[in-house]
Amino acid sequence: MSNEGVDDGRRRFLTAATSVVGAAGAAAVVWPFLASLKPSAKAQAAGAPVQADISKIEEGQQVTFVWRGSNIWVLRRSKDMIASLSQVTAQLSDPKCEQDQQPAYCKNETRSIKPEFLVMNGKCTHLGCSPSFKPDHPAPEIDANWLGGYFCPCHGSKYDLAGRVFNGMPAPLNMVVPPHRYVSDTVVVIGEDPTDAKKEAA
Amino acid sequence: MAIVPNPYKTTGFLGWIDDRFPLTKMWKDHLSEYYAPKNFNFWYFFGSLALLVLVNQLLTGIFLTMNYKPSATDAFDSVQYIMRDVPWGSVIRYMHATGASAFFIVVYAHMFRGILYGSHRKPRELIWIFGSLIFLVLMAEAFCGYVLPWGQMSYWGAQVIISLFGTIPYIGKGLVEWIQGDYVPADATLNRLFSLHVIALPFVLVGLVVAHLLALHEVGSNNPDGVEIKKHKDPVTHIPLDGIAFHPYYTVKDLVGVAGFLIIFCAVIFFAPEGGGMVLEQPNFQMANPQVTPPEITPAWYFGVFYAMLRATPSLFHSALPGVIVMGGAVIILFFMPWLDRSPVKSWRYKGPVFKTLLMLFAVDFVIMNYLGMQPVSPTHTLIARFGTIFYFGFFLLMPFYSQWEKTKPVPERVTE
Repeated sequence: MSNEGVDDGRRRFLTAATSVVGAAGAAAVVWPFLASLKPSAKAQAAGAPVQADISKIEEGQQVTFVWRGSNIWVLRRSKDMIASLSQVTAQLSDPKCEQDQQPAYCKNETRSIKPEFLVMNGKCTHLGCSPSFKPDHPAPEIDANWLGGYFCPCHGSKYDLAGRVFNGMPAPLNMVVPPHRYVSDTVVVIGEDPTDAKKEAA
Repeated sequence: MAIVPNPYKTTGFLGWIDDRFPLTKMWKDHLSEYYAPKNFNFWYFFGSLALLVLVNQLLTGIFLTMNYKPSATDAFDSVQYIMRDVPWGSVIRYMHATGASAFFIVVYAHMFRGILYGSHRKPRELIWIFGSLIFLVLMAEAFCGYVLPWGQMSYWGAQVIISLFGTIPYIGKGLVEWIQGDYVPADATLNRLFSLHVIALPFVLVGLVVAHLLALHEVGSNNPDGVEIKKHKDPVTHIPLDGIAFHPYYTVKDLVGVAGFLIIFCAVIFFAPEGGGMVLEQPNFQMANPQVTPPEITPAWYFGVFYAMLRATPSLFHSALPGVIVMGGAVIILFFMPWLDRSPVKSWRYKGPVFKTLLMLFAVDFVIMNYLGMQPVSPTHTLIARFGTIFYFGFFLLMPFYSQWEKTKPVPERVTE
């Protein structure tokens, strides 16, 4: 083969154009592989909202439900427990719940829709351990002024009875309040916002 | 230069092969005519031992895979099946688990040797970088393997490590679900970590080891004196005067190291296969339970240093990200060693007292930090770990200054032993 009469400019353009198209194709091929790692349809179905019957929970009792493989605690707080929340404010890292750890409708002192019931993902925000429920007080082994709350056995983080983390803990954030809504006075759907009900009705 | 087939003009059957494949050439280039400095000492065992452990892991891994089932429901039972019902299964698993611990002991010693004698310095920067990449992949490989038995520590270890990615602002939460393939570590997570552990990462690991060795053989080995043996060659044969053929001299020497290593390795496998809870942790004898956290989540012992740093770093702006950055930085900083060390000499033998002292303190710091990483948290531990973390980074980040300013001893022209 002779190179006589070859248009080098055209040859370079064709080589570059082919390379660019090839590179774009190769980049596009990456997508299905990366997307295949997302939660599968099966995992998503298993992560559907769950209904929790809260009618039988005694005052001061905490019950665990499972949603998306996580422990969702429902704590029925007594009047004393609710009263304790405003007494610890000064010791808390984020007492006003400024950080995005709860749905907007739970951005209040009790971090709940109804002050009596706390619905919370029982996972320490430090490294994901499960904190222990420590309602009894006084409890000097936990804290001199303990008024009840949660204590993480892994690295010692402390939370109040609304899952708000104390100052100076390894855990940086309040525990997560998952989306939830009341279907009736006794049934909570965990994993759905109150607005989802209106959408259904509409 | 064009490749000339059969440069050594072999004949017969070997010649037939050499005409088609560089068998004799490779043998000579990498073994019988690869000239290594004659003064290698004890510390030089660990490179070949790392290779031995790699082979052990690949071999035992292949056989474990024949009986292991990568699913959240079956994994734990299949490991018990290997331990109880498969003939010699327990020994093969103990070899694999003890091998993982041995891998890190050997690799840490190998890296320390490199810093000791300046093996990371010009012209061996790429050898060091390939080595650092091997260390990084090894950590990933070890983490994936740790999860596979799907015991309590497997599960909660996975939960802690994967949640580290959740600290990345904005994309963190989605990233964690993407990595897990579920909302919590679950069957999908176990399955993909298995895939990485037995296919993807071993491929990368072996490839990096080949690159590490090719780069080493391209520039030649360093030695305890940190002098270049290629500077003084025999005028006729062009063989370095202080070099000896890797085979048979170092293959035989390394066999002695292998024998010594295997005595200890077998003693652990046969008499203390759980390594006092260090090789196989007690909580991992219980099946993973997403609803119950073990009282204390500790990583495998060989990650102690990095875990101690993670725990010791305080959270900032409602985020645990600083701890993750510190922990990652502790590994990433290794990559910069060739350029952090500005001493005019390579080997610590000819460096001044400041470098020597700091290097020894660094070794002590490393051991203390590793111990702290395995202990429960307490205010005292956290305080010590914070100083330890600062020293760890100070050792590296201040190295350009103290290594450059300090007066060094004259380096001999040729190796001393």
